[in-house]
Amino acid sequence: MIERIVDEIPRFFTWYNTIFFLQAMGVTLALTLIGCGLGSIFGFALVYGRQTRGRLFTPVRVLIVGYVEIFRRIPFLVLLFIVLFTTEGFGVRVSFFGIALIAICVISTAYISEIIRAGFEAIHRNQWDAAEAMNFGRVATLRYVIMPQAWKVILPPAFAYFVMFIKDTALASQMGVLELTRVAKIFNDRGYSAFLTFGTCLLLYFILSYPLTRFGQRLERRLASSRNR
Amino acid sequence: MPHLEIADLSASYEKGVDVLSGIDLQVERGEILSLIGPSGSGKSTLLRVIVGLLPPDSGRMVVDGTPVNFHDKRSLRDLRGRCAIVFQQYNLFQNMNVMRNVTIAPTKIKKRAAASVRAEAEALLEKVGLGDKHDAYPDELSGGQQQRVAIARALALKPEILLLDEVTSALDPELVNEVLDAVRVLAGEGMTMVVVSHEMGFVREVSTRVAMMDEGRIVETGTPEEIFDRPSAGRTRDFVAKILRG
Amino acid sequence: MDYTFQFGVIAKHLPYLIGGAWLSLLLAFLAFWAGAVIGLLGAMGKTFGGRVLYRVIDVYVVFFTNTPALVQIYVIFYGLPDLGIVLSPFNSVLLGLTLNCGAYLTEIQRAGFQSVRREELEAAETLGMSLWQTVRYVIAPHIAKTLYAPLSNFYIWIVLGSSMAGIFAVEELTGRAINVSSSTFRTIEVFTYTAGIYVVLTVVASALLALIGRHAFRVKARIF
Ligand SMILES: Nc1ncnc2c1ncn2[C@@H]1O[C@H](COP(=O)(O)OP(=O)(O)O)[C@@H](O)[C@H]1O
Ligand SMILES: [Mg+2]
Repeated sequence: MIERIVDEIPRFFTWYNTIFFLQAMGVTLALTLIGCGLGSIFGFALVYGRQTRGRLFTPVRVLIVGYVEIFRRIPFLVLLFIVLFTTEGFGVRVSFFGIALIAICVISTAYISEIIRAGFEAIHRNQWDAAEAMNFGRVATLRYVIMPQAWKVILPPAFAYFVMFIKDTALASQMGVLELTRVAKIFNDRGYSAFLTFGTCLLLYFILSYPLTRFGQRLERRLASSRNR
Repeated sequence: MPHLEIADLSASYEKGVDVLSGIDLQVERGEILSLIGPSGSGKSTLLRVIVGLLPPDSGRMVVDGTPVNFHDKRSLRDLRGRCAIVFQQYNLFQNMNVMRNVTIAPTKIKKRAAASVRAEAEALLEKVGLGDKHDAYPDELSGGQQQRVAIARALALKPEILLLDEVTSALDPELVNEVLDAVRVLAGEGMTMVVVSHEMGFVREVSTRVAMMDEGRIVETGTPEEIFDRPSAGRTRDFVAKILRG
Repeated sequence: MDYTFQFGVIAKHLPYLIGGAWLSLLLAFLAFWAGAVIGLLGAMGKTFGGRVLYRVIDVYVVFFTNTPALVQIYVIFYGLPDLGIVLSPFNSVLLGLTLNCGAYLTEIQRAGFQSVRREELEAAETLGMSLWQTVRYVIAPHIAKTLYAPLSNFYIWIVLGSSMAGIFAVEELTGRAINVSSSTFRTIEVFTYTAGIYVVLTVVASALLALIGRHAFRVKARIF
C-alpha cells in the first residue's frame, strides 16, 4: 500500500490539484464563517425576542423557544436534505453552496442563541435591575451594561462552536458543494488511494481546526482571568 | 396632596404568594419616611414596586397627583424619571468606572450635555467623599465606597424621591458613619426619601415618620418617638426591643 | 409553488422509518459506551500515566477532535480494504463514531478527574485506600456528578451524529429516509417526518437522562 501511495504522490500533488484543494479549503472556511456569522446575528435576534414581556408577545416567545429546541435536535445532514428538497420542491433555484449555507444558518442560529442566552444569564440580575430602574430601554441596557460584560462569557463557547462547525461542514459534500471532503471524494473516485486523498483531506481540516482550537483555549483562559471591563 | 401615595397595594413574585398585602402609605413632600421591620418582611420589595421593577397585583400608586400605570411604558418612564433607588447590594455597573457609573444615565438616557453632567458628577462625588476615585472600578472599591458611588449615581438623576435600601447593612461598622453622613446632608436639603434602615439611632435622628413592616404588611406608622418609645402594636414592641438590645 | 404536500402518503412508511430509528439508537448506544470505555482509559492514562503515555493519548485526542468524523469513516471504509481489512458499512461507521467518542470522552472525563479536589485524594490516601478503591469510592461518584451534564449532551450529539451512517447506506433512520424518498419522490415529507423522529428520540433521551440524573446523582437537569 505504501508503494502505491508513493507511486501516486507525484501525480496527485500537481499544481492544478493543489489549487483545487486550496480552493476547497476556502469554501469550507467560507461556509463556516458566513453561516455561523449570520447565525450569530440571527441568534442574537432570537435572544432579544425571547426577552420580550407581556402577553402580546407570548406567540413570539413560544415560536422562538420551539425553534431553538427543535433545530438543536435535528441532524445537520437531515436538515441539508430538507433545505435541498424544499427549495427544489418550490422551484427556487439555489446553488449547492447556498443550500448548505441556509442549513448552517438555521442550525447555528439555534445553537448560538443558546450560547448568547447563557451569557446573558451569567450577568447578575442586579445589573439588569439597576439599568431598568434608571430608565434604560432594552437596547441601551444591552449596549451599555450587558454586552460589555457578557461578551467574555459568550465568546469562548461561540468560538468553539464555530471551530466545531468547520468539521460539520464536511456533510455539505453530500449536497455537491465543492468543499474539502467533496474534492477528496472526487479524487478517490478517480482512482487515487483512499489513504492519500482522505489523508490529505484530514490533514487540511486539521490545519484549519487545530490552530483555531488552540487559540480558542488561550482566549478562554485569558478572558476567564481578566476582570470585568 | 401627598408626594407619594400607595393604597391597598399587593404584590408577589410568584402567583398566589403575596409578599406585600394591603399596603397603605402616604409620603408628603420633603418627608423622610423610614421603613423598619424584620428581614423578609417585604421592605425591599416595596421599594422595588415604587420604582416600577415589580408591577403590583392590585392596588394604586399615585405620584405627585398622577396615578401610575405599571403596564404602560410611558407611565413607568415618567415614574422612574422622578424616583431613584440605591439598592441594598449597590448594583453598580461592573464594566464602568466610578465616573461613568454616575454619568451614564444622564448622558445616554436623558441625553443631557456631557460637560455639565460631568461637572455635576464631580461635585456629587466630592460631596460623598470620593473626589479622588473617578477612575476606579467597582471591584477596586470597598463596600462603603461603592455604596457612596451608588448614592451619587442616584442623585445624578436629580430625583424628586430617593429610595435607600439598607444603605448601611452590608458595611463594616467603621464605614457606616461615612454613608450616614452623606444621607444626613441630603436630608437637610429637603428631598423626599423612603429609607430602609436598621440603624435605629439614625432612623430616629433623620426620619420624620417611621413605618413598621411585618409579613408584607405595614403594622404601625408614627413619629420616631411614637414607634420607639410608645409602640402600640405588639410586633413593633418585640422588634424594637430586639433591635435596641442589639 | 408547484409542490403539493402529501404527508398521508408517507404515513404508511412510518413503521419502516421507526425501525430505522432503532438502529440509530443502537449505533449511538454502542459508540457511546465503547467510546466511554476508551475515554475512561484515556483519561486515566493522561492523568496517572507517564509523559510518553500522555503524549500518545494527546495525539489521538487532538487528531480525532480536529478532523471530521465523516472523513475518518471514509478512510476506514475506503482505505482499510487496501490493507486487507474489509468492514461492513455498519461496522465502519461504528468504528469511526467510537474512535470519535473515545477522543471527546477522554477530554470530558479528564476534566472530571481534574475537578476532584486534592484534599479528597489525600483523605483517601490517609484512609489507606488502594488506587482502585480511591477510583471506586472517591473519584467515580464525584465524576458521575460533575460530568453528568456534558455527558448527556454528548449522548444527544452522538444520536444526531449517527445519521452519518445513512451516507454509507446503513439502513438506520437517515438511510431509510433516503430509501423512501427515492422510491416515493415525496422528499420533503419524508425528511420532515425523519426530522420529527429525531426530535422525539432526543427529547425522550433527554427526559430519561434527566430522570436518571435526578435519582442516581441528584443532579437537577434541565430537559429543555
Ligand atoms: N426575587 C424574588 N423572588 C421570589 N421571592 C422573593 C424575591 N425577593 C424576595 N422574595 C421574598 O419576598 C419576601 C420579602 O423579601 P424582601 O422584600 O427582600 O424583604 P426585606 O427587604 O424586608 O428583608 C421574602 O420572603 C423573600 O423570600
Ligand atoms: Mg431587603
